Amino acid sequence: MAEPLLEVDALSVDYLTESGDVRAVDDVSFRVDEGEFLGIVGESGCGKSTLLFAVAQLLSPPGEVAGGAVAFHGTDMVRLGREDLRHMRWRDYSLVMQSAMNALNPMKSVAAQFSDTLAAHGGATGDEARGRSVEVMQLVGIDPVHLESYPHQLSGGMRQRAMIAMALLFTPQLVIMDEPTSALDVVAQQSLMTKVKDLQHRLGFAVIFVTHDMSLVSRYSDRVLVMYAGQVAEAATTDAIFSEPRHPYTRGLMSAFPSLRGPRRELLGIPGRPPDLAHPPTGCRFHPRCPEVMPQCLTIEPDLYAVGQTDVRCLLYVEQAKQAV
Amino acid sequence: MAVTEIALSEPPVAGDATGAPRRFFRAVLRNRKATVGALILLLIAFVAAFPGAVANHPPEATLYAPNAGPSSSHLLGTTSLGQDVFSQLVYSTRLTLVVTLIVSLIATFVSMIVGVTSAYVGGVTDRVLMVITDVFLILPVLPLLILLAAYLPPGVTSLTVVLCITSWAFQARQLRSQGQTLRNRDFLLAARARGERGIYIILVEIVPTMTSLLVASFLSLAVYVVGFAATLQFLGLGNSSELMWGTMLYNAQQASALEAGNAWWALGPGAAVALLGTGFALVNYAFDEIGNPALRPVRRRRRRGRATA
Amino acid sequence: MRYLGRRLGLFVVTLWAALTVNFIIPRVMPGNEAQAVLASFRGTVNAAALHALEIQFGTGVHQNVFVSYFQYLGNCLTGQFGVTAQNVPVMSEIGSKLPWTLGLVGVTTVLAFVIGTFVGMISAWRRGGRLDSVLPPSLFIVSTVPVFFIGLLLIYIFAVKLNWLPLSGNYSIGATPSFSLSFVGDVLKHAILPGLSLVIVTAGLWVYSMRNNMITTVAEDYVKMGRAKGLPNRRVMFDYAGRNAILPNLTGFAMQMGYVLGGSIVVEYLFSYPGLGYLFYTSTTDHDLPLMQGLFLFYTLAVLVCVLIADLATALLDPRSREA
Repeated sequence: MAEPLLEVDALSVDYLTESGDVRAVDDVSFRVDEGEFLGIVGESGCGKSTLLFAVAQLLSPPGEVAGGAVAFHGTDMVRLGREDLRHMRWRDYSLVMQSAMNALNPMKSVAAQFSDTLAAHGGATGDEARGRSVEVMQLVGIDPVHLESYPHQLSGGMRQRAMIAMALLFTPQLVIMDEPTSALDVVAQQSLMTKVKDLQHRLGFAVIFVTHDMSLVSRYSDRVLVMYAGQVAEAATTDAIFSEPRHPYTRGLMSAFPSLRGPRRELLGIPGRPPDLAHPPTGCRFHPRCPEVMPQCLTIEPDLYAVGQTDVRCLLYVEQAKQAV
Repeated sequence: MAVTEIALSEPPVAGDATGAPRRFFRAVLRNRKATVGALILLLIAFVAAFPGAVANHPPEATLYAPNAGPSSSHLLGTTSLGQDVFSQLVYSTRLTLVVTLIVSLIATFVSMIVGVTSAYVGGVTDRVLMVITDVFLILPVLPLLILLAAYLPPGVTSLTVVLCITSWAFQARQLRSQGQTLRNRDFLLAARARGERGIYIILVEIVPTMTSLLVASFLSLAVYVVGFAATLQFLGLGNSSELMWGTMLYNAQQASALEAGNAWWALGPGAAVALLGTGFALVNYAFDEIGNPALRPVRRRRRRGRATA
Repeated sequence: MRYLGRRLGLFVVTLWAALTVNFIIPRVMPGNEAQAVLASFRGTVNAAALHALEIQFGTGVHQNVFVSYFQYLGNCLTGQFGVTAQNVPVMSEIGSKLPWTLGLVGVTTVLAFVIGTFVGMISAWRRGGRLDSVLPPSLFIVSTVPVFFIGLLLIYIFAVKLNWLPLSGNYSIGATPSFSLSFVGDVLKHAILPGLSLVIVTAGLWVYSMRNNMITTVAEDYVKMGRAKGLPNRRVMFDYAGRNAILPNLTGFAMQMGYVLGGSIVVEYLFSYPGLGYLFYTSTTDHDLPLMQGLFLFYTLAVLVCVLIADLATALLDPRSREA
């Protein structure tokens, strides 16, 4: 297999609080290959955003990386010096956040926010910077005249596109997106995603896409990572996950979304609520809500078992995994 | 000026009152600044209540050698009239503290009435009240205080009146913002539906929910009242025969205490004023932290890797 | 535009309130203060000024109080603020002392604001650092100490005990004012302790409020974005966080001016520094009512000007406010 673009190995993130440390991300491993679109899904509070910021090296106190490595083309970013990391930022990987209204500096024009980034990484100034800014705006389909606008003067959809344009300033190899469409209406959502996919085909960058919206994942990702309570519950190709979900949680997620064309069936959803990560359940973290819970689930913490092309963290597959080995 | 621009993000729920005092007490103990501040205030309150237990000489008796520096029998020396400075300081505590508390209470109360009425009634009343508040906020405080105090008979009553007039506007806007966020909460709508009258709603439903902000306002005010009261008296606008820290400062300044050898006649009451203000300020600072966890001290784990920015 | 209109409206109302306060006070003060003032003025002051005073006080003149009020307002609007007890026009008296106070207060205010804001910004940026745990609480505490005590301490330490700096005045007795280096140096020497007292007290407040604003701002997504883009640390701190955090401070700055001016009165009294504050103090002991009132109006006007400047600065810095 070719060397992965990004390899996350046993990454754990803690929040240091007054009443003790809370592990928000527990021993998560995955890889992203060049040009791949990886979707990370899960309920609110499952740690997916924390995971994202940890990968992007953007945690701030009280959050901290407690262990593991994040290797970009083999270089571990967690242990990298500050200046070296700074050089990697935006050129090798960039970030698109959920709400452009909050993510763009309200006091600076769009052009200014583009140019300070360009200047920080290689000194493109004046006309050069202007030229590149116009280029990326055209890439995402915004009239470059809006470069002079301030964020509050643009519409929601335009702001989000401007953020994506900004993310592409150096044509990075990886773009990390944290629920970039949650703040948009369905139509804007569709148009944005289409644009992102189009750009991905043209420029060849990989995408890590965090969302709680399964439908987006099903349409646009190559592979899917399902997270629950800070851990990876299931990881597989999109086809595999949607045609044959293995983890009871994943199955629950599938049954919560009606299919537009399939037969009408009862929407089940998943009873109960996500656990408090300060005091996670014993054994398998999903057992209080699992429709297929077994006695050993209360005491044994399942590892990630490889079953075919899928990795699944569920005791239902212990035997199958052992047999494969 | 606001000690904190950050309003409490979620006002405590109405039914919270039972657990609140206990939780507050524990929060105070856990926060170092609050503990120190509270200790200072308790100490001063004790001295105010039982001066005789602390001082060893009568405060106004002119029995001793004048202008003496600190010694074992006169901890802070003597005045130019031969009075014991330390005892004077101790006995002046009560009136100083009482005036501070009364002014802060009245000003907070008026502030609350204005703020909550403005928030609750809204409309023209709101605009008028806020204009009045803004005017009082812009008018420079000390010049106004001096102007007023110069024309009233010198004494504690005038001092109290004058301080109340200039202090009530300080927190009115904050209380109004709080009132506005509460205005449409369910329990208020329920009260209105029950047909309760406006005043009842204001006093019985809204005010108890605002206790933490009211306490914070009271504390902020107290910090400044202490200073302003002493300053006015220092400038000679108090009654120099009354026993207060500010009047001691005035007398000391008139007698050029700093140069004459018994500097503690001035520095003593000055330090006392600073201490009382600090006590209130510490508890207030800690109050801000308790109410807004974002301000609390941040823990950092020293790791072998890069420190997070 | 409407916002500007409302602000100007507020200014007018405030000025009117100050004028009315000036009008009401002599009339409601107990005892025969008014008569005492008039008596002390009668010997030295010219007849027209005396008459204006009588109108203001409503004594010796049989007029309806409202008529007097409007006459008084009219006088004020045409710049006739009367004369001091020494028969000098109030306005020129203020004018002659103004430069000293302007120098003292102007410089210290700017210094305190710059230092305070800077320190507050840095200490908040490095949360958990040693700077943040020590400096803000101690500066905050210092800022709650009344300015006269800081002044007393400074006098005691530097003037009395160490004898490094002069005790009082704005320049040495016997020195002739000029722009020579020695005179300027003398002036500066005399201004250090009073200036330091003011700076110490006001800077603390700035540090505290800027720090709190910064902490909130730093948590914003756009600051995280600035870091994510790989901008140099300093850039993010100033351009992304600082620029946004300073906005509430600007309005606070203006409202603070009243406090600073009050502090300048105390400091000038303490150091016998012959500026407007000292003038204000002596006018109370001399019962020089016109001078007192003139100064009070002046102070109010000064605060209003600061509020206006702060509003303009906010409009300049914050593109969102220009739309409103």
